[in-house]
Amino acid sequence: MVRLITHNLLACHVKNCNANNFPLEFQNVQLEIREAEFNPEFVKGFLPKIEWKALVDTARQLGDTSLPNEQPEMLDDDFLKNLHHVLLEIHVEEGSMVCPNCKHEYPISSGIPNMLLAEHEIA
Amino acid sequence: MSRPELQAPPEIWYGDIEAKKYTANTRNQQIQADMTYRALELLNLPPDEPAFLLDIGCGSGLSGEILDAEGYIWTGVDVAPSMLEVALEREVEGDLFLQDIGQGFGFRPGSFDGAISISVLQWLLNAETSHPTSSPPHRLTRFFTTLHSALKNPSRAVFQFYPTSDDQIQLITSIAQKAGFGGGIVVDYPNSKKARKVFLCLYVGQQKSQQVPQGLDGDEEQDAKVRFERRRQSEKVRSKSKRKAVKGRDWILKKKELYRKRGKEQVPRDSKYTGRKRKATF
Ligand SMILES: [Zn+2]
Repeated sequence: MVRLITHNLLACHVKNCNANNFPLEFQNVQLEIREAEFNPEFVKGFLPKIEWKALVDTARQLGDTSLPNEQPEMLDDDFLKNLHHVLLEIHVEEGSMVCPNCKHEYPISSGIPNMLLAEHEIA
Repeated sequence: MSRPELQAPPEIWYGDIEAKKYTANTRNQQIQADMTYRALELLNLPPDEPAFLLDIGCGSGLSGEILDAEGYIWTGVDVAPSMLEVALEREVEGDLFLQDIGQGFGFRPGSFDGAISISVLQWLLNAETSHPTSSPPHRLTRFFTTLHSALKNPSRAVFQFYPTSDDQIQLITSIAQKAGFGGGIVVDYPNSKKARKVFLCLYVGQQKSQQVPQGLDGDEEQDAKVRFERRRQSEKVRSKSKRKAVKGRDWILKKKELYRKRGKEQVPRDSKYTGRKRKATF
């Protein structure tokens, strides 16, 4: 059940991998769409935490083109609903996330990413 | 009875059978629920803002179901795959990660509005190999440092845990302080052998009061859920907020319908009480 809301917060945590380690790149993904309750207050409150370009690029890679290149200044309902969908309703069930810097692969199985590191990768 | 954390690492201890047994045990469910509500109370979130929380050692989602019911959006991490599998079966709404918290987090700065953790910290106190990164101080340092950065400023992280000695408490709090946290230890019902609970309340940034909250005391254990919801209700009245904290009736009905379609058993029947805001009882 990894969704873009958490993917957008997640950088690589391998030892000495401190730059260019975000966003992790999805590979070979299987998606599932599951409806979630729309809470405009939550979505608005979450906006300042978002790395916008990473979110838009990742959503497009997963086939959702509803978000504009730039974060709009006017937050109308349509925009918030699209953002809600991208953040909370697209579930990556299978595949992996790969670090753009060190290429560490975090496999995703039954929706759960495996973030465990080998001994030599622990900071 | 010897403590489980002294017998095996958590991902081994909570194998398939133990994970199911633990989750199905109604006494465990009740204790876990009480501690979750108490942790939420100590977290002291603003009543009128939706929050994004981290559940550290989320296990099979017993706390997560409460976070769902209280309207929080959350992410959970746990090192035991069998527990996460049970959480999937129970269809909790949070994102789940297989993660060893002693290896640290990769979450960006300010990701979470708060964190809770129930019965987990004591697992960090045992070394599993002789590798330097597996010593308890190293793992605690890595954990608290990356957690501190993942929390927004200001915010809190609340851990219920089972220390075996004052030395353990000392080790944990000193490393948390070095990682930048304020706060300290809250002990509920210190004089009751049965009800005594230890909470580590950690603060990021400046709080309204830097004082650690008082522990609960008295002859009788109070219902933590009632306390939490009553308090949140009264704070909401004070701040005149219009926030809908509890999920809407329509949403709950829709979710139940979904479960039925998936053939899930034991979905509670709809009633006129479905989705109704619970009244705090006095
Ligand atoms: Zn990396």
